[in-house]
Amino acid sequence: MSRPPRPQFLARDSYRMRRLMDAAKFLPLFGFVLLLLPLMRHSPDVEAPPTASEMVYLFLVWFGLILLALLMSLGLRRVLSAPPQKSDPSPLSED
Amino acid sequence: MSFNMLVLTCLAYVILLFAVASAAERAATAGRAGWLRSPMIYTLSLSVYCTAWTFYGAVGYAARSGLEFMTIYLGPTLVFVGWWVLLRKLVRIGRENRVTSIADMISARYGKSNLLGVIVTLMCVAAGTPYIALQLQSISLSFTVFVLDPSEVGLTADPALIAFWVAIGLAFFTIVFGTRTLDANEQHPGVVTAIAVEAVVKLLALIAVGIFVVWFVATGPADILARIDAQALPQWTIQPGRWTGLILLSAIAIICLPRMFQVTVVENTEDKHLATASWAFPLYLFLISLFVLPIAVIGMELMPAGSNPDMFVLTLPLYLGQDGLALLSFLGGFSAATSMVIVASLALATMVSNHIVVPLWLRVRAARNLDSGDMRLLVLSVRRLSISLVLVLGYLYYVVTGGSEALAAIGLIAFVGVAQMLPALLGALFWRGASRTGAALGLVTGMVLWFYTLFLPSFGPGVFLSAQVMEAGPFGLAWLRPYSLFGLTTLDPLLHALFWSLLLNVLVFCIGSFLSFPSPMERVQSALFVNIYDRTGPARSWTRPVAEAEDLLPIAQRILGVSEGQNFFRAQADLQGKQGFLPDITPEFLEALELKLSGSVGAATAHAMLAQSVGTAVVSVEDLMAVASETAQIMEYSAQLEAKSEELSRTARKLREANEMLQKLSVQKDAFLSQISHELRTPMTSIRAFSEIMMDTDAMSPEERTHFAQIIHDESIRLTRLLDDLLDLSVLEHGQVQLNISTVQLRELLDKAIRSSESVQADRKFRILRNRDPEDIEVTTDAGRLTQVFINILSNARKYCITDDPQMQIKVRERKGMVEVDFIDNGAGIPRDKQALIFEKFSRLTDEMQAGGAGLGLAICREIMHNLGGDIAYVPGQGGAAFRVSFPRVLAPRAPAQKSAETVSEAAQ
Repeated sequence: MSRPPRPQFLARDSYRMRRLMDAAKFLPLFGFVLLLLPLMRHSPDVEAPPTASEMVYLFLVWFGLILLALLMSLGLRRVLSAPPQKSDPSPLSED
Repeated sequence: MSFNMLVLTCLAYVILLFAVASAAERAATAGRAGWLRSPMIYTLSLSVYCTAWTFYGAVGYAARSGLEFMTIYLGPTLVFVGWWVLLRKLVRIGRENRVTSIADMISARYGKSNLLGVIVTLMCVAAGTPYIALQLQSISLSFTVFVLDPSEVGLTADPALIAFWVAIGLAFFTIVFGTRTLDANEQHPGVVTAIAVEAVVKLLALIAVGIFVVWFVATGPADILARIDAQALPQWTIQPGRWTGLILLSAIAIICLPRMFQVTVVENTEDKHLATASWAFPLYLFLISLFVLPIAVIGMELMPAGSNPDMFVLTLPLYLGQDGLALLSFLGGFSAATSMVIVASLALATMVSNHIVVPLWLRVRAARNLDSGDMRLLVLSVRRLSISLVLVLGYLYYVVTGGSEALAAIGLIAFVGVAQMLPALLGALFWRGASRTGAALGLVTGMVLWFYTLFLPSFGPGVFLSAQVMEAGPFGLAWLRPYSLFGLTTLDPLLHALFWSLLLNVLVFCIGSFLSFPSPMERVQSALFVNIYDRTGPARSWTRPVAEAEDLLPIAQRILGVSEGQNFFRAQADLQGKQGFLPDITPEFLEALELKLSGSVGAATAHAMLAQSVGTAVVSVEDLMAVASETAQIMEYSAQLEAKSEELSRTARKLREANEMLQKLSVQKDAFLSQISHELRTPMTSIRAFSEIMMDTDAMSPEERTHFAQIIHDESIRLTRLLDDLLDLSVLEHGQVQLNISTVQLRELLDKAIRSSESVQADRKFRILRNRDPEDIEVTTDAGRLTQVFINILSNARKYCITDDPQMQIKVRERKGMVEVDFIDNGAGIPRDKQALIFEKFSRLTDEMQAGGAGLGLAICREIMHNLGGDIAYVPGQGGAAFRVSFPRVLAPRAPAQKSAETVSEAAQ
């Protein structure tokens, strides 16, 4: 079944909203990569690992993710509260 | 602190929770659930993820492996931070289909298959049992640790006994909490509120211990960081495989754990709550994890060697003489354990009753041809029984394993078990081609591998798998060793099990889906789930209703209760605009009824019950195709309509243009007629006047008579000329003119025209500037007509070019077979606003009649040039009036009526 045609170009507001949704999808990926960084920092030859500094790093990344998620949720909440349109932005097809 | 005091504290705490829960439930029933359904309560209820394993075990984990404990909380953080991708869809589907558990979700998606429901239920029970055992263990351990009084050690000497009583207490507690009401609905506002309270208690407890450790034992954050580095052990080095694998595993677990599914999806009331939880829940985990490593480090430093690091949260305050803090910490751990056990056993009991007991019971009843009676009591008793059963299983696991030392290991075993549901769950959400067969095979494969490579070996060698099997593989087959299947020896057992079970699970799931053909119900459900955001439901599961409303009402009453069932039927009848309790049995009504019932007993059972009464009126492939082709037809029809309406608007536009043209033409025609009348009338008036004078006047000198006759004659000539012009114009306009085509010298034509035009105002002297060489062109055209045009232009120049030294420049040019002749005088030229008008009929630049013409000259010229295949145009900006006459050097003979036919057809468009 073919879908109804979606508009090719969007007004500024809906454009911003779509990009915000994109950002929300990418956030966990970026977060995951940042969380993997400690793996590449430590050389196994050293006796004791630099646990304290890595802990500070990890908690900073963690807090950053929380802040970003908070900011994004403020915008995304508006998408959720918008009345359901005929072509509700589905995560599979939007641009 | 005395043992009895501790038990009393626990009881008081439980009673408080119970009061909170029942107050919340009463508020919800009364419809005053506003604050209960707030995003904060929802977020706090998610903290059921942090069990006693977190509360006690994380510190032990940190003491053993350093930062690795964080992976368990980083994975869920990523999932919640990325809620837009997965959780949003999961929650939406769950709420719209009134899903009661993860087993219900998977069974509903794959064609409401009860087989899948049974498989998932068994998996969840198998994976949940060790987890519940873990909670029992931690509570009994905390009792043992807390009671230091030697006179009471006897009471706590047997942890299994404590665990037994704790299990009984929790079972009672859960039954009273979760299955208190007869309304066996899928949501439990009371439980959720109690869980939220417990979430606050455990967070406060851990933070309190953390603050005590950081600021009262150590001297602050800097000191703590220094102590961490001082205590760091070589085995704290982050291992890449485990680090990555555990982040992924915990991310999977937060989605698949039955208790997490219960609070995240089943108890969710609004999408927006998820938006808040997306940052608030990671923040909760952040706060929970913040002080774990400091507590572990201080514990390692201060506690006597050999103390169990899993109990540092409790033993450290006790050791340092902070009894109040220790009690708070104890309550925190107690909260963590009880909230997990309540939600987990509730979720598992729902699955067991909906997917195993109720379907079995219905089948037995149907086989014996018995009425199924009031289902609500049955459902509730089954749930109560299931809760007890789940706790008994947990207790048995605890006794059999004898209380494993490391709490974390048990938790991770359960994680790998529930991770087996991920492929089927993701397939349910994003892959329409995922089929029931594939899901069932994948789940079974994953479960078998998990059992063999992780679960059974976790009991230790000799319990289920002998040491010999562990070392050399079954029957001496080394490649089947549980911890190094197919020769993979470098991975640690957990990653090894995770890798093999998920890999083969996904593989079998995909292959099964590729090769099987889904039933119609599966295809309906897959479209419904995967395209949840497209509001147009593609097909319905009920298409041929045959049952009577009277038959369905009893079923609804049995499950929902008499008044609730009747209310639902009355509301539905009301929706259809009918009076009374019996709505028409439409597909929509059946859909709504099934959804309502599945909120209580699960999709598969609800569907089976309706199918039983309605007959086999389930959807068939033909129905699907019919619906699909209907939709396709509608879409095609609307596309056609769209095309037609475009065509219509195009035609309307053309009609409008044609109409405007016709109106303009009509105005022109009227103007033309009145002009002609005016032009004819003027000479006629003077002719009549002078002839009347001649008739009435007797005495008239011959001079006078001659004069008057002369005037009459002149006016007649003028009239005739006007009529000739009009006729000429009409002939030219209709393209009926006969052209006498001959080959002549252009120069001769110009000579002739100049000579003829000299009769006009013969007293004026005109200088003619010509270049004779370019004029030496042979043209094949109607020489007489062309000359007429030249004469007209030249005469006009003589009439209107008012300068003292009038001159006329004639330039001839040939270009691409067209001859262009420019006539440029040195007069004032024609004003810009008049330039467009001069070729129209009866247009004069001045109102003066002295020019003597009727204003048809240039109009005739234009028509002549059109007939000769050329044009005449005014060329502005040449220093005077400039006309350009252009025409083909060789005029091809043509059909005379063509031009006018074109004009007409243009006008009609």
